[in-house]
Amino acid sequence: MSLLRVEQLTHYFGGLRAVHNFSLTIEAGRMHGLIGPNGAGKTTIFNLITGVHAPTAGRVVFAGEEITGLQPHRIAARGLGRTFQDLKLWRHMTVLEHVKMARYATIGYGLIGAFFGTPRRRREEAEIEENACRLLEMLGIEHLAEQVVTNLPYGVQRRVEMARALALDPRLLLLDEPTVGMTPEELNQMMELIRRINGELGLAILLIEHRMKMVMELCRHISVVVFGDLIAEGAPAAIQNDRRVIEAYLGKDTVAT
Amino acid sequence: MTYFFQNVVNALQWGSFYALIALGYSMVYSILMLFNFAHGDIFMVGAYIGFGVATLLVAMSAGGAIVLPGWLILILTILISMFLTALLGMFVERVGYRPLRDAPRASAAITGLMIGIILETGNLWLLGARRVSFPSLIQTVTYDVGGVILTNKKIMIVLVALAFMLALHLFVRHSKWGMAMRAMAFDYVVVPLMGVSINTIARMTFAIGSALAAVAGILFSIAYPVLDPYMGIVFGWKAFVAAILGGRGSIMGAALAGFLLGFIEIFVAMAFPSTLRDLIAYSIIMVILVFRPHGFFGEPYSAKLRL
Repeated sequence: MSLLRVEQLTHYFGGLRAVHNFSLTIEAGRMHGLIGPNGAGKTTIFNLITGVHAPTAGRVVFAGEEITGLQPHRIAARGLGRTFQDLKLWRHMTVLEHVKMARYATIGYGLIGAFFGTPRRRREEAEIEENACRLLEMLGIEHLAEQVVTNLPYGVQRRVEMARALALDPRLLLLDEPTVGMTPEELNQMMELIRRINGELGLAILLIEHRMKMVMELCRHISVVVFGDLIAEGAPAAIQNDRRVIEAYLGKDTVAT
Repeated sequence: MTYFFQNVVNALQWGSFYALIALGYSMVYSILMLFNFAHGDIFMVGAYIGFGVATLLVAMSAGGAIVLPGWLILILTILISMFLTALLGMFVERVGYRPLRDAPRASAAITGLMIGIILETGNLWLLGARRVSFPSLIQTVTYDVGGVILTNKKIMIVLVALAFMLALHLFVRHSKWGMAMRAMAFDYVVVPLMGVSINTIARMTFAIGSALAAVAGILFSIAYPVLDPYMGIVFGWKAFVAAILGGRGSIMGAALAGFLLGFIEIFVAMAFPSTLRDLIAYSIIMVILVFRPHGFFGEPYSAKLRL
């Protein structure tokens, strides 16, 4: 059984067709690339999968259960973590608070615990903190746990976002252009990190990325979307030589000559 | 000098009302990015619910069914009214605002105005166009501290208001719901993607804001025991000013600005004829806003807060 199955997904924003008949299958533990020119509908596909928008038509099946049209917090709770193109961090909250928020659903202690520190609170806090420390350590930012994110450099903020998504304990991680605006050095570190997340934690990853070299190196399967349509799907080598993909990226004339 | 301190006491009392109401405005504005213009009227309804509960308890006490001392009636009145007004707030959120959450902000704003009018006229329909007086639950005791006249009621009002503000502050700092509220103030879209239901947090925000408005309504009724259906309007506007002046996302900012408003009003009235009070007070606040357009503790933010 595949981990994520997207079937014939279609979405309209008013009269604008953003996504059309898009299908995708991801097996557990695999890395899948999603590429396409700007405005192709890649982020909309993420929004449809994670429930930010309910699709006009089509189905999303996650781990054998249909999640189409569920509220986003229910979908997230099933193990779908996500990062954003434009870092959506909570600027004046600390790194640790970001991780904690992602564990919100697992925080069992209530008001009395929060105010007066019951044993349950101490136990849960310790668990969360231990969990968070391991994550932050893996991401190399454990020393910044108490820092407010707005003061941190961009590359680090990317890692905080990654930590927040991972703290959900997801089975599938959706990464929306995780390396945008990064220096070559930061880029290499991020690629290394994505490999580790996939390898060590065994997470399936769906990656939107514009840097072809990176997608080709990381992903064994790639889907190409243009104007909301899936135009090609397959292994990197096949994609690189696909006529329609080259046309979409370089224009028809280039191909003709 | 005693005159000055006398006015400080009065300003603290007025500021308490403004601050408690401003908290509700500020929370809703920070978290849901909308102005709940019905909030002043929720304060009014809170005062009326308090009136109803207190009158009932006093009557039961007088009838000998259960004999309760005045202070206990007061505590029960506050708690029961908070609960009932919180239910009203959740109802307003569910019926008025949730269907419009993704609608243009102006539509949500007029929803608030309409709910306000409905609450005012609903009250007129239920109780008629007469003022009602809040039962006297505790005897006024006057203390003379070096010429400054304090009453037990004034002290109680300020202390109760401060206690609720402190409780709210702790709630927002230390509970998971408070953490979700703070996160929503920064970025609304991501919170559900972390497994938190926006509806739960929205409902809770309205419930807490409304409960605090009920506290303000009852405290106000203790100081000025004559209630009328339109009492929430001016209070609502002023508390709204305080909420914005405090700065978006800053709950304590709203409380401080509430007290500041109380001080400005009272001290303007000390120096000028009272007919000029609001004219001068709000001119001062306009000037403050020119220099602090994001309020005291708000940070500049972009208008684009949603996907």
